[in-house]
Amino acid sequence: MKNKVLRVGISKLNELKLREWTSNLHSLVFRDDDAGTSKGNFPWAPFKAMVQKEISDHFRNWRFIILFVIISLACMATLFSTMADGMKAIAADSSGNSFFFLNLFTKSNGTLPPFFGFVGFLGPLFGISLGFDAISSEQQRGTLSRVMAQPVPRDSILNAKFLAGIVVISVMFFTLSFLVLGSGLIALGIPPTAEEFMRIMVYTVLSIVYVSFWLNLSILFSVRFKQSATSALLGIAVWLFCTIFYPLIANMIIKAYEPSKFASPKAIYFYEKLKFYLGQIMPNELFDGITSAILVPSIRSLGPLSMEQLQGAIPSSLPLGQSIMLVWPQFTGLLSLTLLCFLLSYIVFMKREIRSRG
Amino acid sequence: MAENSIDIKGLTKKYGEHIAVNKLNLTIEKGEIFGLLGPNGAGKSTTILMILGLTEVDSGSVKVCGIDSSRYPLEVKRKVGYLPEDVGFYNDYTGLQNLIYVARLNNIPEEEAKKTALEILAEVGLKDVKDSKVASYSRGMRQRLGLADVLIKNPEVIILDEPTLGLDPEGVKKFLQLIVRLSRKKGITVLFSSHHLHQIQQVCDRVGIFVKGKMLAEGKISSLAQQLFSKNAFTLEGGISTVAQDVKPSLSLKELVHKIKAIPEVEHVELKERKFMVESHRDVSAELSRLVVQSGYGLNFLSKKEYGLDDIYYQYFQEDKNT
Repeated sequence: MKNKVLRVGISKLNELKLREWTSNLHSLVFRDDDAGTSKGNFPWAPFKAMVQKEISDHFRNWRFIILFVIISLACMATLFSTMADGMKAIAADSSGNSFFFLNLFTKSNGTLPPFFGFVGFLGPLFGISLGFDAISSEQQRGTLSRVMAQPVPRDSILNAKFLAGIVVISVMFFTLSFLVLGSGLIALGIPPTAEEFMRIMVYTVLSIVYVSFWLNLSILFSVRFKQSATSALLGIAVWLFCTIFYPLIANMIIKAYEPSKFASPKAIYFYEKLKFYLGQIMPNELFDGITSAILVPSIRSLGPLSMEQLQGAIPSSLPLGQSIMLVWPQFTGLLSLTLLCFLLSYIVFMKREIRSRG
Repeated sequence: MAENSIDIKGLTKKYGEHIAVNKLNLTIEKGEIFGLLGPNGAGKSTTILMILGLTEVDSGSVKVCGIDSSRYPLEVKRKVGYLPEDVGFYNDYTGLQNLIYVARLNNIPEEEAKKTALEILAEVGLKDVKDSKVASYSRGMRQRLGLADVLIKNPEVIILDEPTLGLDPEGVKKFLQLIVRLSRKKGITVLFSSHHLHQIQQVCDRVGIFVKGKMLAEGKISSLAQQLFSKNAFTLEGGISTVAQDVKPSLSLKELVHKIKAIPEVEHVELKERKFMVESHRDVSAELSRLVVQSGYGLNFLSKKEYGLDDIYYQYFQEDKNT
């Protein structure tokens, strides 16, 4: 069953033919730039060199090191507090679900937010910090025009920056997940089940997608704005808006539509739908939905459910495949937001005239 | 030698209403050092960007080594080395690492890249500092590293945009000598933009004067003078003196001036405290000296005035202001 769902997912992705699509798009946006060369034999070695350079730049960068330390300390702190006195809470809560290990990621004793909360909160900041000066700093240093004068397609610069960012994010998130897994293994003394392990891996991959959305957004800002500071501030502003202000605004709208106790079921249904969809616009809400469905197997719907749908349901946890099915729309939404940002930065960058500085 | 390295026809670039480059025609032969001379904001950099395909061309065509650079910029970039104005490097990398990175972007394998980079660093005189970070380089060293950066891809054409900006006179001299030496050695075509007349005069075979998006004149520096000063192409300067106390000149100074004016094709004579200046359509130095001596004066010196780029430059700017 699981495999089937996965296979369906993969074939769906293949249908999108992303590669072909982007290359079509590329020739559409930027004339026939490398018509003679790229079709068939794209020069991979320069691209590889660029990605390598970007990755090593990230790892040597103090900004990255500091953020990495902060995030890992935060995660470790929650982990230890969970394990110190949250064990009781975990044990007490094991009503019906046997997913001990997942509780390490989702439960806390109340003093600190749980692991996934930290990742959801600090992840965007991490993505922004990796991308906000991607293009603008090169421009300010005067290196962009030097690189552009080399025989590499213009989009290689963007692609390399993006790919390097994703590699760095993946390394970091897998490290964190495995750290939590490992210390949980030592502390609890029981290994995670295959299902739990798979869920954690899926969760990690999805959080990489989530952070890469923020990475792309900040790359877009860095392409658009000449000053790195502007793009950094704008990135952080968007992040604050999504995490703090948007929920406030959404709440106000929802409050205004709140039906009375005696409203018709239709009105209540409308209200619930509104509440749901208002939440779904924001990337962080999408990600919250994804994490809770993946890490808490007993969640069976992210939207409103009618009584009819609940009838006859057995109160048990969903298998992984079904959980993935559940978050598929959210996942697609997140992916499309990411691609949208990427597309926009492509369009802005391809048409740009590159002067030596500024 | 008939092969043209750069062939520009009717090139136009507009920014909104402002015309940056206006119907430019230019050909540069292989192995030539061409100087693009013009004031700031004349459209030199824009032209260079269009040659490289880094900005879109509004109309006209650019061919570099026979390749259309608006259609195949990658092919062009493979053959052209470009040193941007005020070039930047990755400051926390060493000079060698910067060079190797660029070499790898040019699809040169790492081993070979390192070898070539070392050779070129030696050539531009940066061998001793190859392992120190670029942040510690002086302006002159950076500029030389920029030249190394351009040469590492073994280009057929190099384009230098204001390469001498911010260098001290000694640095400029060395840098220009380096360019000429390397260009002659490897037969590289050089396009050199600057607003410094003397530097261009020192190194360039041919010069184009570029003002407000238009090529006002192009050619060898001497022929430029002829184009420009076609009315009075020759100017002679001389000093006269009385030979001895007892020999009386047969003519007074006033009469002498009159006589000089009588020489065919002499346009204008000026006499100031025993120095005279004669403008004419042709070389009249022989007649002039004979006349002066026969009149009983001594001729201290007689020299043909050479028009430098300075004169050409200012003349053009004046014309430009007048129109």
